[in-house]
Amino acid sequence: MKVRGAESRRAPALEDPGADESRRAARIQVRSAGHPEERRIPEAAAQLGVTGLSDCRFWTVYHLEGLLSEADVARLCAEVLVDPVTDEVVVGLPDTTAQVVEVAPLAGVTDGAARELERAAAVLELPPLRAATARRYELAGDLDEADIGILMARLLANPTIERSHSGELAPSFSPTWGAAPAALPVELTGLDDGQLAELSRQRMLSLDVIEMQAIQTHFVSCGRDPTDAELETLAQAWSEHCVHKTFKARITLSHTRADGRLEVSHHDGLLNALRRATAELEADWLRSVFVDNAGIVAFDDDLDLAVKVETHNHPSALEPFGGANTGVGGVVRDILGVSARPIACTDVLCFGPEDLDEADLPAGVLHPRRIRDGVVAGIGDYGNKLGLPTVNGAVLYEPGYVGNPLVFCGALGLLPAGSHPTAPRAGDRIIVIGGRTGRDGIGGATFSSAGLDAAVVGRAGSAVQIGDPIVEKGCIEVIERARDRGLYHAITDCGAGGLSSAVGEMGADLGAEVDLATVPLKYPGLQPWEIWLSEAQERMVLAVPEDGVAPLRTLCQTWDVELSDIGSFTSSGRLVVRHGACDAIDLPMELLHDGLPRQELAATHSDPIAAPGRGCPPPVIDGAELLLELLAHPNVASRESIVRSYDHEVRGGTVVRPFTGPSADGPTDAAVLKPLGTWHHDRAVALAVGINPRIGVLDPWAMALYAIDEAFRNLTAVGADPDRVALLDNFCWGDPTKPDRLGSLVRAVQGCVEGARRYRAPFVSGKDSLYNEFDGRAVLATLLISAVGIVPDLHRVATSALTTAGSDLWLVGQGSGSLGGSLVADLLGLDDARVPAPVSDPLPRYRAVHDLIGRGLVSAAHDVSDGGIAVALAEMAIGGQLGLTATIPHAVNDVTDPGDLDEALVETAGNGYEASAAPDRLGMIAALANEAPGRLVLETPFAARGAVAERLGPLGRRIGTVTGTGEIEVRVAAGGADPLSGFQPRIESRTGSSLERGGNGGRVAGDLRDGSVPPTGDPNRVTVSVETARRAFGCQERL
Amino acid sequence: MSRPPVLIPHAPGTNRDTEAALAVAAAGGDPQIVPVGDLRPAAFSDYAAVLLPGGFSYGDALGAGGRLALELRAWFGLELREFARSGKPILGICNGFQALAKSGLLGPRSFTLAANAGGRFECRWVTLRVEPGCRSGWLGRLGGSTIRCPVAHGEGRLAVSDPGVVAELEQARRIAFRYLASGSTGGVADVAAGAYPANPNGSVNDIAGMCDPTGAVVGLMPHPEDHIVDWQRPSGPPGSRGSALFEAFVAAAR
Repeated sequence: MKVRGAESRRAPALEDPGADESRRAARIQVRSAGHPEERRIPEAAAQLGVTGLSDCRFWTVYHLEGLLSEADVARLCAEVLVDPVTDEVVVGLPDTTAQVVEVAPLAGVTDGAARELERAAAVLELPPLRAATARRYELAGDLDEADIGILMARLLANPTIERSHSGELAPSFSPTWGAAPAALPVELTGLDDGQLAELSRQRMLSLDVIEMQAIQTHFVSCGRDPTDAELETLAQAWSEHCVHKTFKARITLSHTRADGRLEVSHHDGLLNALRRATAELEADWLRSVFVDNAGIVAFDDDLDLAVKVETHNHPSALEPFGGANTGVGGVVRDILGVSARPIACTDVLCFGPEDLDEADLPAGVLHPRRIRDGVVAGIGDYGNKLGLPTVNGAVLYEPGYVGNPLVFCGALGLLPAGSHPTAPRAGDRIIVIGGRTGRDGIGGATFSSAGLDAAVVGRAGSAVQIGDPIVEKGCIEVIERARDRGLYHAITDCGAGGLSSAVGEMGADLGAEVDLATVPLKYPGLQPWEIWLSEAQERMVLAVPEDGVAPLRTLCQTWDVELSDIGSFTSSGRLVVRHGACDAIDLPMELLHDGLPRQELAATHSDPIAAPGRGCPPPVIDGAELLLELLAHPNVASRESIVRSYDHEVRGGTVVRPFTGPSADGPTDAAVLKPLGTWHHDRAVALAVGINPRIGVLDPWAMALYAIDEAFRNLTAVGADPDRVALLDNFCWGDPTKPDRLGSLVRAVQGCVEGARRYRAPFVSGKDSLYNEFDGRAVLATLLISAVGIVPDLHRVATSALTTAGSDLWLVGQGSGSLGGSLVADLLGLDDARVPAPVSDPLPRYRAVHDLIGRGLVSAAHDVSDGGIAVALAEMAIGGQLGLTATIPHAVNDVTDPGDLDEALVETAGNGYEASAAPDRLGMIAALANEAPGRLVLETPFAARGAVAERLGPLGRRIGTVTGTGEIEVRVAAGGADPLSGFQPRIESRTGSSLERGGNGGRVAGDLRDGSVPPTGDPNRVTVSVETARRAFGCQERL
Repeated sequence: MSRPPVLIPHAPGTNRDTEAALAVAAAGGDPQIVPVGDLRPAAFSDYAAVLLPGGFSYGDALGAGGRLALELRAWFGLELREFARSGKPILGICNGFQALAKSGLLGPRSFTLAANAGGRFECRWVTLRVEPGCRSGWLGRLGGSTIRCPVAHGEGRLAVSDPGVVAELEQARRIAFRYLASGSTGGVADVAAGAYPANPNGSVNDIAGMCDPTGAVVGLMPHPEDHIVDWQRPSGPPGSRGSALFEAFVAAAR
């Protein structure tokens, strides 16, 4: 047998083999019996209103070109392309009477199967060949041309990355030649402001006139015009995406309070405010915050955790699979960029309503269902293939996301403490490892710094990419080993802005010289500026000392990763880039990094006027019906169909997974992971998120505190220590040059700062994604808080599934009569602008719960969030397959913390519903479904009742019992009075809280007798069987 | 006792190699992860067992495990066959199973692993039974026992070229693992009977794993390496760990 070196397995070189008469082209179609696509397409077509499609045959088409004999083609089929058990194959064109649609990737779009086929031919020692793939749909039935058009446009192909044709498509192999490299001057001299603005718009630079003037001034002083590469480099370096100018700007906020007072405040940088809030906490377990690709915090004595959450909104709107796919790839590279081994992923997805009428879909927008399906597939594809468990996240459906879906991708990594080198030196080689460079992703940074509209959608094709996770997986293996062997001085990922951004930032204090002719390309013909700015995926840039290059090269060969040496860092303070003999860029580093004029921005914000609920009486709804509707709401219902398409078990360290209970269908609050390599101790890490955009509509300040609280509840519920929580922020807002968008952003940042103080939790990393607008309408302003916690003992965790009939149920925290921003208000159309007050002193309750979990006294715990306590209790019952009986408090009014008057959100007296025709009904609704923060439900053993009561004291109250009846019975304590008056000291007043004022203390452990439950038929009583709740919640079929 | 060296080949895209190595080490073996690019045919004689781990070798771009199957056949086919002939155990998990099946190392290609009936990747815990009558010598003493562990795959539906094949495989005692109904104890009647999600992918006759005609080569879709200690289990009583499988595997390598 021939012994191969690693090199021999690489793809054949890209030189044009020339016009050779003996070359032949072959077309091979393969169809797999029972392929799920053949079922999916007719179903999806029917959803689009194309009901005449009776049968779909799905083929994969392989185009080959090379010096191939017929025997060679047959051999490729037999050895590689055709599974003899399931597949049929046709060489040439298949016979069909059906209508044919073929879809192929656009030239330059990643075609993984074609590349693997070329490599497989090399394994078989066949002559070099070029391959391209396509999908072929044979559609039978009663279909007219319009039907085919709908199917092509909305189901079978996405023109952003694919071409499609009714009939056979000719193959498009990667181009093999292109124009000679050139860097062309762009005339700036003498342009007036209008012309500068026009130039910025035309070239999609996303720079404003002041910024264009700064560039003009620089080049006037040099006595020349910039090259295209220089101008594009500056646009990238100065883009919102790369430099976060809004978060660094000086902002004047005109803030109208609810009482009409106008307050004007000045803000010296939002980013600074977050940094200061973190610094003030002086947490000694922080390792690196806000300065690198990811935040780094201590895990144990030897290892640190790296965390990062990114957004990939615009690309996901245009090409959901590719956008989300590369979103995962990008955030994982951020983790690699701090020398950490990625160990887990998270994802939070915000889409328009699933059932949006096609007629209501704006032009240029994909339907939310299609976006969701593509995004979910894209996330699963990348995370699963990297071998990373996707363990935590959220999915939201709101009308405010129709034109602008949000895709948040998070990643967690592990690295030995102090192992991440961050100081490149003059003389270090600039090494690129990973994927090749193509025209893909040109201008992604500037593209994401502008709003979307139908025209941008049409132009932005090259800004969207398809990932190649296997290449990135190779980078993971190489970087971990290179780090351990000390082979590099600095590392960063090649993300937005491509090499321009990576090399420019890494060499900011040094200088750099690059020859772009050394950059390996996917296909020839790229201009220097395109190579320099390409955002081709899966590339990392390292500063490697001379003597590290050879060992790094060997490592790369072992792990099948391409390496190229593209230049060196210098001490010149200049960025010098050429392509062979063609000079492209010569810029001072200080212009790139310090030349951007600081923005001065104006912001306005008005607090919601805390008017009581007006008019609009609540609908007549039975408690059981309300609970079932809430459970079935898209924002509550089971996420199994999405989450199970992600591998949440790989790496063998998932302690708390997305689902819990005997049938694994109860939703959990957070993930707990035990990283490989740390099995010698019991400490684990927990991941959770908080996100409450509906609150933000009313009060973005409160949204921030809510989101932080939700993340804390979730972490605490699974056993994480509330005194060791690191936070990450992700702001997705509209155009910050519009004062109202900016005003709400400033308020949200202020909320984050306040939250860091109240929860004593530092922010360690964050990202803002602005300009999320479609056709001038801003996205539903959304703050995602991600949180990383430490679980001291992986054997002491809790999940939401009830475990034991006869156990006690406790409610920690108190509800609110305010329904503003709640799911139930949305569901029932209740008009309430009042938001429940954020928790003023949250840590005592979370410490108490953590303590109880640590002592092994909590058998289940669940946070109260969307849908309120009724949903929380039902989810616990569903997961545990047990019944419960609980008496929950009547909704009380919010209490204003005297120390927090300035930020009070709600009025202090009256629930606002006195005038309503149906106070009892509203009271019941509020009790069952209010979403006041700070609440958890606990299940504790009967025998622990005294100990639990003692530890919780006034922070919680016993509300019921787990039963074996299979019924969820929830009683709302009778109208207006305190619900638990039968077994605890009475509530003092409508506006006071017996809980927060220490009313019941440890004495709550009184009686909750069966006799106290009112008879069935009481309007304040909800009785639903667990099985009915399960069906409403949408659990998959039970085993 | 000596720790037999166990080869764990790593192709680009392999990803459950570390867990597999952990399971082998816990069972008393000496796992050695070797990138396929560094692997030489002559090196096979240095090992007492081969474990092909899970993942997405080469991105599964030409069908799950297809390209790795080609390499196993083209580069190491002789060595692997000789390995099995001499009774040294070969275990393929998930992508490793797919590659073994498609390489022909699990016998002539009368069965394959096709796209899940549900049409998408599926991650969930399942209960397996080690088939009592399976001819695999090294699995033998596990016969009738159960293993709880996760599946995580998009192409795990065991499919056959014609219905008669199942009877043939059964007759040849080559069916090594079956999916059981949840909570069952491994009784003959406790198979999933094709019902989702106990049978998570629509595999014919609930078949989760196979062995080759010699019994030395065994493959299965689920991941016993992800259940080697109790805290990895999501719920239910302790026991039914995947460790037993690795103990048998390493024992056979001694």
